[in-house]
Amino acid sequence: MNLATLTSKKSLVPAVLVLLVILLATVPLYASLGTITLLISFLMYIILAVSWAMFSGPTGYISLASAAFFGIGVYTPALLYAEGAPLLPLPVVIIIAGLVALCCALVIGAATLRLRGIFFTMFTFGLIGASTPIIQYFEFETHGARGRYIQSMGIDNVYYLMLITFVAVMAIVYLLRRSRYGLALQGIGQNEEAAAHMGVDTTRMKVITFGISGIFMGITGAIMALSWKYVDPSTAFNLNYSFLPLLMALVGGMGQLYGPVIGALGFAYLRYTLLSNAARYYMLIFGIIMIVFILFLPGGLASLIEKGRNRLREVIARLVKGGEAGQHANT
Amino acid sequence: MRILEGQDVTKHFGGLTAVSHVDFFIDQGEILGLIGPNGAGKTTLFNLISAAFPISSGEIRFKGQKLNGLKPHQICKMGIARTFQQTKIFPDMPVLQNVLVGAFFGKRKRVSGADAAKEASQALELVGLSAMSAIPTRDLTLVNQKRTELARALATKPELLLLDELMAGLNPTEVSEAMELVKRIRDRGITVFMVEHVMKAIMGISGRIVVLHHGEKIAEGTCDEISCNKQVIDIYLGEEAHAGG
Repeated sequence: MNLATLTSKKSLVPAVLVLLVILLATVPLYASLGTITLLISFLMYIILAVSWAMFSGPTGYISLASAAFFGIGVYTPALLYAEGAPLLPLPVVIIIAGLVALCCALVIGAATLRLRGIFFTMFTFGLIGASTPIIQYFEFETHGARGRYIQSMGIDNVYYLMLITFVAVMAIVYLLRRSRYGLALQGIGQNEEAAAHMGVDTTRMKVITFGISGIFMGITGAIMALSWKYVDPSTAFNLNYSFLPLLMALVGGMGQLYGPVIGALGFAYLRYTLLSNAARYYMLIFGIIMIVFILFLPGGLASLIEKGRNRLREVIARLVKGGEAGQHANT
Repeated sequence: MRILEGQDVTKHFGGLTAVSHVDFFIDQGEILGLIGPNGAGKTTLFNLISAAFPISSGEIRFKGQKLNGLKPHQICKMGIARTFQQTKIFPDMPVLQNVLVGAFFGKRKRVSGADAAKEASQALELVGLSAMSAIPTRDLTLVNQKRTELARALATKPELLLLDELMAGLNPTEVSEAMELVKRIRDRGITVFMVEHVMKAIMGISGRIVVLHHGEKIAEGTCDEISCNKQVIDIYLGEEAHAGG
């Protein structure tokens, strides 16, 4: 076996991925409750970062609406599973959460995606700012309390639902990136006017992609709600669910499919470590890392990895060439 | 047959009338030139045809079909493609991907991936960029970025091509190459409507010429008629013609 086949990703990558998913699927059989809870939060951040990057990465429309779709997802089981016995099967509730988030994303997208650049970002920011007090108001008026209790669904169920959603979002982003629609989204990001004049229905393309990314954020919110047992508007519509996925995707790098994944993993792990060991400095260290990345590595971790891989390929190519030359010399 | 026809085409920007009551037509298979001093409304007229802006009044018909109220992507799918005065490429994509966008989305029918790839490479070959298809478009020279735009427009399989100052910023050799290219495109059955400042180029290949000045059409005719038109010489060709004469 030579070095070139070892590094060729065609045969290796799918095998590793399947193995990884199998490994993740067996975790509840032996892992502790703490590990599973940790993995759930890692998966949550990965899904949020990947679905944020699905739309905002290629198009360059920076959305801060993630927390709104996440919160809508959180509130779907909170309303459907309120105190009494479950009325609907679990998967149905999750799908409803996704659909509600989709509808909201389509309406918001259709209304706001005509705005360019900072105006779109500001609008989506205002959206979360407005949703918390509005939900709070309605909860007090109709329900008489600040939050709601949700029946627990068992941590294993939550974990598996999150894993399935993770696999689904990765598959969709993979297909999207390879498809003509992925190309059109990039076109929109690089020169929207030109894309429109080349036959791309830019508005429709943006709204639909925004909607799909909203589905996954809603579903993730619904699954998380099942593990929380109690939700209130300020946890469901927390601004962190808008900013963290964005930062994770930026730090990971959006040029590659795995960029937001490693960004989310790294950040989620860092967040966990800092919160449990140095909670006072958590935000400070977070901020410094952010600044360093934006200044020195705008392509994110993924660009660093790609650079390293290209370098490795060059070195191997040189070695192989050298080897051949050596053989010729011997004959 | 008239492929494109404009009647009383007018565009206001606030109080400014950029294009004022212009009538024009293009016959199928011809090369029509559009000239006029800076600010005459040439690019605005292109933007009205390709629906970048809505028209204020009047109407434009393509093969008898009214274009008013359509969106840019619909215009493209009908068979009108364009390039831009200030090149609007997709800078971070390789050249081939730029052209693929046109090949995939520019037509009314859905094209397969294989067909799109074939059409894109044919378009690249026509403009002479086959060898550069894998290079990021931002790294190309201006002339090659313009060729990329042209290939991208051609990949949409247009019947009418709007060229907005294709030759601007090109050196004399590149200009004559571009002239040959435009003729070759016309010979493939594509009607060409071109804005140009390079007089040698436009006089050399256009069948007819329309002259705009302050948004109004002041003359229309063959190259000979235009270059002898007193009004055109006064306001536009003026200095050069006198210097030459």
